[in-house]
Amino acid sequence: MKVLFAMAAALLCTQLAFAIDTAPAFADPAQQARYERVIRELRCLVCRSETIADSNALLASDLRRQVREMMTAGKSDQEIFQHMVDRYGDYVLYKPPVAPRTWLLWAAPILLLVGGGAIAAFVIARKSRLPDTDPTDPGLGAS
Amino acid sequence: MWRFIIPIGLFAALAAFLYAGLGRDKETLPSPLIGKPAPLFELPRVDDPSQKISNRAFAGRPYVVNIWGSWCVACRDEHEALMQISRRGEIELIGLNWKDELPLAQRWLQVLGNPYVVSAFDPEGNVGIDWGAYGAPETFLVDARGIIVYKYISPMTIEIWEREFLPRIKQAGAKGE
Repeated sequence: MKVLFAMAAALLCTQLAFAIDTAPAFADPAQQARYERVIRELRCLVCRSETIADSNALLASDLRRQVREMMTAGKSDQEIFQHMVDRYGDYVLYKPPVAPRTWLLWAAPILLLVGGGAIAAFVIARKSRLPDTDPTDPGLGAS
Repeated sequence: MWRFIIPIGLFAALAAFLYAGLGRDKETLPSPLIGKPAPLFELPRVDDPSQKISNRAFAGRPYVVNIWGSWCVACRDEHEALMQISRRGEIELIGLNWKDELPLAQRWLQVLGNPYVVSAFDPEGNVGIDWGAYGAPETFLVDARGIIVYKYISPMTIEIWEREFLPRIKQAGAKGE
């Protein structure tokens, strides 16, 4: 069993070793870090739930090439993201912009927390008004 | 009373959301290019790469751009429909040969027939990206003002052509008007 586990783990590692761009795109580590951050914020339109950093789809590799070319040409992050949004829409961004039509999306965690908290508070308040005995529990009921 | 109405109401609201989601097409992304000027390109011709073709040459009249590649199985599916559409002569079809190899693209047109007035050769795929392409085949309708008025993703069929493209072509300023 242990051997099987080890083999499975080894197999996982080989998957990682196939990673997409093996050589760094930029010699300058700061540029390389910026490149990796930018491609992690862009969605692969073919695989949808992958960033272009993680996808080995042809389109993702073309988009990575465009990001590299734009960085080399001195474009800002904002210009690179705008270039992609002009062609593919907001969907290409992993972080959707805050706009009237995405307010519900951005507010959802807070709304759910407040809603859930209100329900929890209501239930707890009501339960705590009940007598502190449980007839089905002989230990408590007897005391 | 409320202890029944609230859960049932919440359930009904959830069910309504889920039901509305059932019929929605989640595969087709809306293109931000609809209603915008068609991106200009200048690329080698597939039939003669020493010559260039630009969609500027089609300015002033509506045209269709179809993104295809010999690697694309769904393009093979739609090819017969494109041949029929081409024979109908309602509008000119421009091919954008995306991420392909020249000999394969040329052979495709020789063997299967050529529905395009011209095909542009885009091996690096940059023009395809300018057009917001993410999966061939994609078919765009550009009107006489050079505005993209419609985009269809998926293999073309005669039914789709007659339902979605023909009425829009008439509006876009049909050939000969």
